Amino acid sequence: MNLYLPIAEISVNVFVLVGMGAAVGFLSGLFYNIPPAVAVATGANQVIAASFSGALAHYKRGTVDMKLGTVLLLGGLVGSFAGVAIFTLLRRVGQLDLVVSLLYVIFLGGIGGLMLVESIQAMLRTSRGGSGEVRRPGQHSWVHGLPLKMRFQRSKLYVSVIPVLGLGFLIGILAAIMGVGGGFIAVPAMIYLLRVPTSVVIGTSLFQIIFTAAVTTVLQAATNGTIDVVLAFLLMIGGVVGAQFGAEAGRKLRGDQLRALLALLVLAVGLRLGYELVATPVEPFTITLPTGEIG
Amino acid sequence: MMKRQVRLRQRKREGGFAALIAAVLALGLLHGASGAAAQDAVESFEIGLSTDTIAISSDFTGARLVVFGALDNADARLLRQQRYDIVVVLVGPRRPVVVRQKERTLGVWVNRGSETFNSVPGSYALAATRPLSDITRREFRRRLSLGIQDIRLNSAAAPAPAGQPTIDKPGVAEQPRAPSLVTETEPGSAGDEPPVQSLEPDETDVYAAALRRLRERSGLFNQSVGSVEFVSPTLFRADLQLPAGLPTGQHLARAYLFKSGVFIRESSEPLWVVKTGFESMISDFATHYAVIYGFAAVALAIFTGWFGRVVFKRD
Repeated sequence: MNLYLPIAEISVNVFVLVGMGAAVGFLSGLFYNIPPAVAVATGANQVIAASFSGALAHYKRGTVDMKLGTVLLLGGLVGSFAGVAIFTLLRRVGQLDLVVSLLYVIFLGGIGGLMLVESIQAMLRTSRGGSGEVRRPGQHSWVHGLPLKMRFQRSKLYVSVIPVLGLGFLIGILAAIMGVGGGFIAVPAMIYLLRVPTSVVIGTSLFQIIFTAAVTTVLQAATNGTIDVVLAFLLMIGGVVGAQFGAEAGRKLRGDQLRALLALLVLAVGLRLGYELVATPVEPFTITLPTGEIG
Repeated sequence: MMKRQVRLRQRKREGGFAALIAAVLALGLLHGASGAAAQDAVESFEIGLSTDTIAISSDFTGARLVVFGALDNADARLLRQQRYDIVVVLVGPRRPVVVRQKERTLGVWVNRGSETFNSVPGSYALAATRPLSDITRREFRRRLSLGIQDIRLNSAAAPAPAGQPTIDKPGVAEQPRAPSLVTETEPGSAGDEPPVQSLEPDETDVYAAALRRLRERSGLFNQSVGSVEFVSPTLFRADLQLPAGLPTGQHLARAYLFKSGVFIRESSEPLWVVKTGFESMISDFATHYAVIYGFAAVALAIFTGWFGRVVFKRD
C-alpha cells in the first residue's frame, strides 16, 4: 500500500468527514468526561445520521455500488456482532478504556502522519510548478489472486469476495469498539486494495456503514446500555451541519493545505490521548460496577 | 449509569410530615404521663421521615434531609449528663462494585489489580451527636457497620437469625441473607464467610481504602458530627447531607442509640429515591426497553440525516 493518498477533490471531503464526523463522538467525550464506553457506542449512533445524509446524495447521483455495498455489509454485520462482544468483554475486565484509547492513538497517529506527509509532498510539488496531482499506478496486487471471485458491474470490478467481506468485518469491529464509520480504513482500502473507482468509493462505503452502525447501535443498546440518545442527537446535528461546512471549506481551501491543517489537528488529538495514557494519573483507583459501568 | 433505576412500582405514599410530628408529640406526651417511675424501663426509640419518597430531578445538586426522632423512657440523669448518643445514617442501595488500580506497564498506565466488593452502599450519609470514636469503641462500630471507615463493603453469607436486626438493611425478612448483629459479634464464626471477609477487614486493604476515599471525595459518603441535636428532652433531629449523585432506589434511614458507649437500640425507616424529568424517562426507557430504545436511536439518526439533507440540499 502506497504511503500517499490520491489528491482528488473528493478525498478532501472524506478527510473533512473523518476529521469532523468520525472523531466527534469520542472526542466530545474527552472534553466533557463522558465515559469512553458511552462516547464510543453513541458515536456509532451518530455515524448513522451523517452517513445517511451523505449516502442519499450519492444514491441520487448514482454513485453507490449496491452489490459491492451489500457484500461489504455482510462482513460488517458479522464484524459488528464480534465487535460488540469484544466491547462487552473488555468492559467487564476493565480494559475497554485502555483499548479504545490505544486504538485511537494508533489510528489518529497513523492517519495524521500519512496525511501530513502526503500534503507536504503535494505542496512541494505544487510549488515546483506541478499541478499537485499524482497518478495512481495501475498494477494489480495480491488481492486479485484470491478465489471466490464476483463481478461488480457498477464498479467495473471482478474481485474475490474474501477481501470485501474481510474489509466489511473490520469496519464492523471498528464501529463497535471505536464508534467510527471506518471511512478512513474503508476508502483507502477500497481504492488501493480492491481498485474500486474513486467515484463510487464514498457512496458505497457510506451505504454499508449506515446498516453496520445501525446494527451496532441496537446491539450496544441491548447489551451494554451505552447509547445516550441525547448526546447522540447533539452529535448528529454537529455531524450533519459540520459535514456541510466541511464540504464548503473543502471547496474554498486548497486541498493540500486543508489536509495539512487537518493532519496537524488529528496528530495533536492523537498526542493528547497518548500523553494521557503515559502520564501518571492523579488517581490510580477507579470504581465500576461488575459490568464495567461507572459505579 | 443508566441501569441505576430500580423498579418503583410498589412504592406507597403515606404519612405526611404533620402526621409524623403528631406521632412524635404523642410519644412525648406518653413519656410525660409515665413520669419518673420509668427509671428501670427500657428506652423507646423511634424515628420518622416526613416522606417515604424523594423525587430528584436530573439537575439535582444535593440536599439536606432532616430526620426527626423521639427518645422516650430515657434515664433523665444520664440524659442530663449527655451519656446518650445518637447516630443517624441514610444508607443507599447496596450493589456490587469493582475497584481497579492502574499500574505503569511498558510505559502505559493499565488497570492491573482489582478487588470486587459484593455489597457496597451507593451512598452513605451519617450524622452523629459526637465523634464516632467518642460514642463507642471501634469494635462496636465495626459490628454495626457504622461510619465511613467501618461500613461493611461485603455482605456475609450467613442468614440472620429470626428477630435479629440486620446491618443497615430493612429489619424484616426482605433481606434474609443480611448479616446480623449476632453473627457479627462472633469472631469465631468467620469461617462460614467467604475468605475476603473477617472482623479485621480492610485495614490493610488498599482497594477498600481507595473505595472509601473516592466515595468520600465525591460526597457520596459523608459524615458530620454535632448534626444530631435534641430539640426537646425527648425529641431529636438529625441533618443528613444528600450528595448530588444520590443513587436511586431504596435507601434506609436508621438511627442508633448508644447509652454510655453501649449500643442499645435502633430504629429504621425506608426511603425511596426516584428520579424525575425527561432525562430520567429516557434512562428508564433505555433500561427497560433496551432493544426498542436502540431501534428508536437508529430511527432518530436516520431522520436527522434525512432532515439535514433536506435543509442543506445543494444539488
